[in-house]
Order: sequence, then structure tokens, then C-alpha cells
Amino acid sequence: MAEAYRFQGVGRDLQKDLLGQWYQRLENAPRTGTPVAYLFISGNIGELLRSFGFELVFPEVNALQCGVKKVAGDFILKAEDLGYSSDVCGYVKNDIGLAASGNRGPFGTLPKPDLLVCTYSGCNTYIKWFEALAELYGARLFMLDVPYRRTGEQELQQDRDYVVAQLEQLAEVCAELTGRPYNPDHLSELLENSRQAEELWVNILHSARHRPSPFDAYFEAVFFMAPIYVLRGMPECVEYYRAAAQEIEERITHRLGPVSEERFRIVLEGPPPWPHFRTFWELFKRWGVCCVASTYSKVGGIWDFGFRHDPSRPLESLAEYAMNCYTNWGWQLRRRMMERYVKDYQADALVIHSVKSCRSFSVGQADVREYFTKECDLPTLFVESDLADPRYFAEAQIRNRIDAFFEALEHRRVAGPHPGRA
Amino acid sequence: MAKPNGSWQKAASWEELVTACRPLVTDVSFPTVEAWKEMHPGGKAIACFPVYTPQEVLAAAGALPVTVYGARGQVEIDHADSRIQSFVCSIARSTLELGLVGRARSLDGLIVPSICDVARNLSGVWQRNFPGQFVFYLHLPQNPESAAAIAYYRSELGRLRREVGEWVGRAPTDEALREAIRTYNRNRELLDSLHQRRVEAPEQWPAAGVYVLAAAGNVLPRAEHNALLEKALELGAARRAPQRDTVRVLLRGAFCEQPPLELLEVLEEAGCAVVNDDLQVGSRFLLGPVRADGDPLAALAEAYLRESVLTPVNHPGKRSRSVDLLERVQAAAAQGVIFASPKFCEPALYDSVLLKQVLERAGTPYLEFEYEEKMTVFETVRMQAETFVESILFFSEKS
Repeated sequence: MAEAYRFQGVGRDLQKDLLGQWYQRLENAPRTGTPVAYLFISGNIGELLRSFGFELVFPEVNALQCGVKKVAGDFILKAEDLGYSSDVCGYVKNDIGLAASGNRGPFGTLPKPDLLVCTYSGCNTYIKWFEALAELYGARLFMLDVPYRRTGEQELQQDRDYVVAQLEQLAEVCAELTGRPYNPDHLSELLENSRQAEELWVNILHSARHRPSPFDAYFEAVFFMAPIYVLRGMPECVEYYRAAAQEIEERITHRLGPVSEERFRIVLEGPPPWPHFRTFWELFKRWGVCCVASTYSKVGGIWDFGFRHDPSRPLESLAEYAMNCYTNWGWQLRRRMMERYVKDYQADALVIHSVKSCRSFSVGQADVREYFTKECDLPTLFVESDLADPRYFAEAQIRNRIDAFFEALEHRRVAGPHPGRA
Repeated sequence: MAKPNGSWQKAASWEELVTACRPLVTDVSFPTVEAWKEMHPGGKAIACFPVYTPQEVLAAAGALPVTVYGARGQVEIDHADSRIQSFVCSIARSTLELGLVGRARSLDGLIVPSICDVARNLSGVWQRNFPGQFVFYLHLPQNPESAAAIAYYRSELGRLRREVGEWVGRAPTDEALREAIRTYNRNRELLDSLHQRRVEAPEQWPAAGVYVLAAAGNVLPRAEHNALLEKALELGAARRAPQRDTVRVLLRGAFCEQPPLELLEVLEEAGCAVVNDDLQVGSRFLLGPVRADGDPLAALAEAYLRESVLTPVNHPGKRSRSVDLLERVQAAAAQGVIFASPKFCEPALYDSVLLKQVLERAGTPYLEFEYEEKMTVFETVRMQAETFVESILFFSEKS
């Protein structure tokens, strides 16, 4: 049997190694004289910055690491002591609290930014966040203005042209700061790495169409997706997804999956409650629930409908990517995506985890519940907590809601659909 | 001039004018809009969510732009709770409630500018719940330093012009746009005069009254509002104002969701002479006149990117909100600043942290509290404001 399971655990272990190495490089950056840029995950244009030799810091990733390692609460309180309201984003407060604590977190010590690139894609809070960091660090701030996908399926050429023009300006800023000229050939090499990693990642996402699914597209995807968001463009990122794909292939061969017996397949909308991640997962696992598709795993970018970075059109392709991360999509597109997931992945239900911190994700999710329950007759569960602030996770209440929902779903399965409904 | 709105025309004093206009602030059944539609059969009224919409484009298409600041505390939020969660600001939920309960029947569409995540997502919720309406999400550029921003915003205005034109069945011509720009320029000029006079003599031009008269423009056609403001300037100058001990304050945070009018009155009663504020700032968003010759959309785009007020929702680029605040404090000779942030308004709440630090360094006293449009009890605010006023009058080095 040991021979049969050669690749199990590779995806997780290798991810930890790669992220550990990345944080180590960041810690060493001031010593090695490596320029450091801060930017956001959503629609990030990391390859462009990497082509100038920047090491990249993603404050959201630091915040989620603090959440998972259960130190976010202290950082958040520190930010509140500095005057931040209890009603603003926990990620921002975590980051401010972290910065006010010497930037030392569970991942080591983070370097200060030489450049802040506000890749304002899908979240207005990003702007406020980096405006605050610009004051805090006295660092240069480049505001990459990424228009929202606001006209349904129709993409606007004007939006793409505008983002491309700004990327050209950003390249000038990077050249000025690093003393390196913009090298489109090098950028294209990095984008070719991105393209290959994306191809492999999409195969992993699509594997959840199997029954049973070999992969939890939410609770596991959040680990598997880290390299494509923070290390995209680097050769080790491609290697990672080759290894992870082998693990998934092996699971398919042996009918292995995230739960011992797959009883319910769900689509999940919304970010995880990082400080209570394990607990939250267990509440679903005990019902044999596997998440077969999630929107959160597309928070940085969407590839499973065909997009790939295109090395032959480097800046255009970065612009298209930036405009098409999940929260930069209008509700019409977001609803359609969930509908497609429910159909393509044969899901039994939609679960919405609504977080107070992220209005970008959350505002309108209750309307989505209305839509799916009333117009699509799809059982939909709505639970609320937070992605960063541990104070908002009411375990007993959430457990009750999850238990009641799957109990009802099980009953419906045995007794048949509600009379009068299809 | 529109007759049904004309009760303000009979006003013989400042007080009568304010009293006549007061219902226009709070009546969210929008009677003046209904009246306008009766007089303009087939005409479309388009709601504009705050903070700023280039309403000249709508007016040039023959539509009536209506700035909707939520339900002004007049509606119980019930149906909207099933669409938008309770940790969201009141204005988003109450605006949706107006639509869901049929109070916004006279409004045929909604334009939402890109001010925050809540407003942005509201546009999608509105679109699904009111499929027959004209819904337009307007991207206001956030990179004022980009050489491409003006051309980009001009193309976004072109999209608005085209789509509004298709919706109302009348494409705005360049000349109609220039005419609208002239009317709005006059409106901005009159509003500036009104606010400037308040800086010079706040007892003569009380903030709550100025607010009501400015708010009438949210629902009236601009030409009519211009006539109203001209009258206001005359009547205000003739007013006999009582002299009293007050402290000159600058009010920040109310650029989107509006506080109840009573809150302004309470501040004034407590001894605050509000000499500068960002209340309903959308109508004063552009700082100078917009060019009324040449390409009108380019003129609007340039004005937005080069000569607009700084709020928490438009990135300042190379300008600085801190410097701007200190300059405003100085220009208005304000003795203190009041940060009045709407509950759950993230942009306001983030900015106030940084701006408070600036004021501390400058030695300028400030007071901070949160409000909601449906707030009905003001005693805590009154007490805070009275203490603030007393602390400045009796203890501040700068008093």
C-alpha cells in the first residue's frame, strides 16, 4: 500500500516548504538589498514586479497566516487601540497591528516596502489600506486603477486600454526604483511559467467533477492555491503544480477523497473564517460534505473558464487577469459562475459564508440566497462570521445552522423534494 | 418654473424659505419628482447614489437627476434586510428598502458611482431586483496621476451619454451638454457663495438652514434650484441674526450617508458654528467652473481629475488629505474639527484615524462620534458637543 500512495501529502508539504522559503527570502531582503514591493492578491500583477527583481509581500496572506496561527486577535486589538473602528476590515487591522509590532509575525520579520502597488481590483478597501501604509512607511504608492466588470458578459476595451496604459507607467516607476530597464522578454518568460502552472491548477480544480471528488475545492484549495497566487511566474510554482497534480491523480485512481464517505457535494461562496478554519471544516466533514467548487479559490484570479496568461501579449494579458478576479466581477457574473458550478460539479447545495470584514465579498450575498432558494430551488445555507476577527465566530450557532441544514437535506433526499416543487 | 414645487417662491424671509424647503429634504416619496414627471410626460427621473455623479450628462438628455441620500430615516428597514446584511451602512439598505416597498416608483433608474464596495455591490442587487430599470455603474478613476485617466474617464462619460441617451430616447448633443454645464456651473457658484457667506458670518447663515437649501437641489431641476439659491442669498443677507458665543467648527465624514437634520441643529444649539463641512458634497464636488466650450465630456473629465474636492472615496494622488484638512481649517478659521462618521462607513472610518493624528500634531481639538440616518436620540451628541465647545472656549490655547 505504501507503494500505492507515493504522492499523498505532497501538495501540502511542498506548499509549506515553498512558502517558508519565500518568507525567508523576504526576511533576508534588507540584507541582500533586494527591492520589496507590497501588493494585493486579487488580480495581482506580480509577474511584472518580479521581472524587475522585486520580492513580493502580500499583506492579505500575512493576515490570513496570522488568523490561522491564532495571533490575529492581538494584532486587531492593537490596531483598535490606535483608533481603528471595530467595524472596519479585520485584515487591514491585522496588518496595521502587525506593522506597529515591528512587522514580526509567525512567518518571521517582514521587510519594509520600497514600493506599494495598490492593485485595486475588486476591493475599495485596498485603497484605504495602502493609503494608510503609505503614511506609515513613507513609501511610494502606485495606484493601479482596475475598473470593475460592470457590464455583464461584455468586456470594455476602454477598461483594458486604461489598465495597460497604467502598467506601462508602473514599469517606468519600477525601472526608476530598481535601475533595471523594462524587459518584456523576461516578463514573457515569467508569464509562460504562469501559463503552465495555471493549466495544471485548472486540472486540479476540474478533478472535483469526479464522484467522489478527490479534492475539496474550498478547505483544501486554500492550501493548494497559495503558490499560484504568491509565487506565480516562478519555475518552482510550475513544479509545485506538477507534484500536486500527481497527488490528485493518485487520489482519483484509488478513489480517495477529503471525506471518508462523500454524502453531500456543495458549492461554497465566501472566504473562510481563518482563526477557526479547522473547526469550521470539521462542522462540514462530520456530515460527509465535500466542497466541489468554490468562489474563494478564484479570489486572486479566474482560470477555470479558459483564461491563461499569454506570454505573447504580456501587458494586455496582465490587464485582463487583473480585471477578472472574482470580486471584481459584478453580481450578474458572480451569480452565473455559481450557477455553472452547481451544474458542472453536480452540487446538492450552495453554502454562503458571509464575513463582516469583506464587504466586497459579502454585500449582496443575502440577495444571492434569495435568488438561489426562490428562483433556482437550490437549498442554500447562509452562515456569518469573519475572516480575520476571532470574536465573530459563534461556534454553537454556526454548528446548529449547519446541522439543521444537512439534516433537512438528508430528509429531502429520503423523502423526495418538497411537494409542489420540481 | 415648476409650479408644484413653487411654495418656496412665496417665502418672504430666510426662515420661511427654509421651512418651505424642509419637506424636500425628508419626503422620500419624492413629490417634486412626481410633479416634474406630470409636467414632462414620458420624462425619466434617474436616481444618483452619492457621492458624485456628473449629472450634466443626464440633464442634457432631458432626464431629471435626483440625488438619493437613502430614506432619510423615514422608512423602517425590513425587506432590505433579506438582501443586504445588517453590518452594512444604513444608506445602502434604506435606499434598497425605498425600491422594495415601492417608495421610489417615480425613479426610473439608478446610477451608482464607484465610491465603495457597498455601493458597488448595491448596484448589482438593484439590477436583479428591478430588472426593468436603467442601472448604470460609473467607474470614477482612482489614479489621478495617470496620463491615461482623463481619456479613460472621458470614454466612461461617453458610455454614460450613449446609454442614457438610448434609455430616454434622446441622445445628449454637445450643445445640450454645454448648456447643462453652464447651468450646473451657476449652481456650483451659488452654492459656493452660500457656503462662503457662512464662513464669514455663521450666525447669519446657520448650517442647518444652508443644508436644507442646498438639499432642495437634490430633487429639483438645477435651473429651479439656481433661482431658489439666488433668493436664499438675498433673504439671508437681510436676516437679523442673533449674536452668541459659538465655536467655529469644521465637520467631516458626512460625504455620503447624511445625518438627520436634527443632528445639525443639535450641534448648533450646543454652540458649534459649522463653518465648513462635507455634507452633500457631491453638488460641490468640482471646485471650479467646468469649461463650457469645446468637448464637453473632456471638460467634465478634466474637472473631475484636476479640480475636485478630496473625500475618503477618491484617491488624492499627489495631493494630501492631511494638508487639505489643515488648509480648510485655516481658511475657515475653524477652532475645532468634528468627525461625524456614519456607522459602518469604512472609508470615513479609515480616514478619520489618519486625520486625527494630523490634528493632534497641529494642536487642533477634535470630537468624534458616529451617526445613522435613522438616529432619533441626540442627547449624547449634544452633551459631547457642549463639552467640546466649552473645552475650546475655556481651555484651548487656540481659542
